[in-house]
Amino acid sequence: MLLEQILFYFFATVLILSATMVVTSKNPIHATLFLVLAIFNSAILWLMLEAEFLAIALVLVYVGAVMVLFLFVVMMLDIDIATMRAHFIRYLPIGLVVFITMMVEMILFVGTRYFGLEQFAKPVAKSADYSNIEELGQVLYTVHLYPFEIAAVILLVAIIAAITLTLRHKPNTRYQDPSHQIHVDPKDRVELLKMPAEKL
Amino acid sequence: MVALSDYLILSAILFSLGVGGIFLNRKNIIVLLMCVELILLAVNTNFIAFSHYLSDISGQVFVFFILTVAAAEAAIGLAILVVLFRNLRSISVDDIHTMNG
Repeated sequence: MLLEQILFYFFATVLILSATMVVTSKNPIHATLFLVLAIFNSAILWLMLEAEFLAIALVLVYVGAVMVLFLFVVMMLDIDIATMRAHFIRYLPIGLVVFITMMVEMILFVGTRYFGLEQFAKPVAKSADYSNIEELGQVLYTVHLYPFEIAAVILLVAIIAAITLTLRHKPNTRYQDPSHQIHVDPKDRVELLKMPAEKL
Repeated sequence: MVALSDYLILSAILFSLGVGGIFLNRKNIIVLLMCVELILLAVNTNFIAFSHYLSDISGQVFVFFILTVAAAEAAIGLAILVVLFRNLRSISVDDIHTMNG
């Protein structure tokens, strides 16, 4: 019991500190790397909540794909940090006010009074042969099959949109036209000539 | 024992940090996108905490779909950002005013 609490508070502290660094760090690259740390920590917290599949999916999809994409864009674009930071101090008071107000209001709502251990008892830990993926797949491929297929289409649309947005046709690039290549006729390529043999 | 309220308070703090970060970094689109990711992370943690304490797998299904849509959103958002930078040579929010009318 105690070990679980220690782990929770440790990873929660690291998560909140790294999220703070995401928001306040000067360099966008540092912000991205701190977001990676935050995602790792919340994946561990999800593991403690027995959502193993989603924890691993979060690390694979977010750290492996989305954050690498973020890092790639941050490093590729030549960002002028000085102008980006120009108004940071000016917006600091309003940002702090919004942050503290929202946090206090939400904590008053979700505190131990309504969501404590009396109202929501800790469920019994699952046995060792329990498979989270099996249970998730059981509902995902039956009850939620239609949304699952729509999610696949959304990902396809995202791929096509991202590629079409960034695709650039340069006027001087030489490239093959596949349909032209396929429809070529051998007769156009090779012309056999009949010539009389010349005598020396 | 870790109660449900601990997880909810954690994601409330995370969510407020994301919203506060939008106010602080309102000139930098990339950090704005990262703040949106933080907010989504907080919401997903909420879903998973409720799924665990109510012993209902539906919360995890929701998180699955949110992750899908968030990945698509990040990919398209960054693609738009690259095109924007190619056209304007800057990604400052102040330079995006051509649709002012």
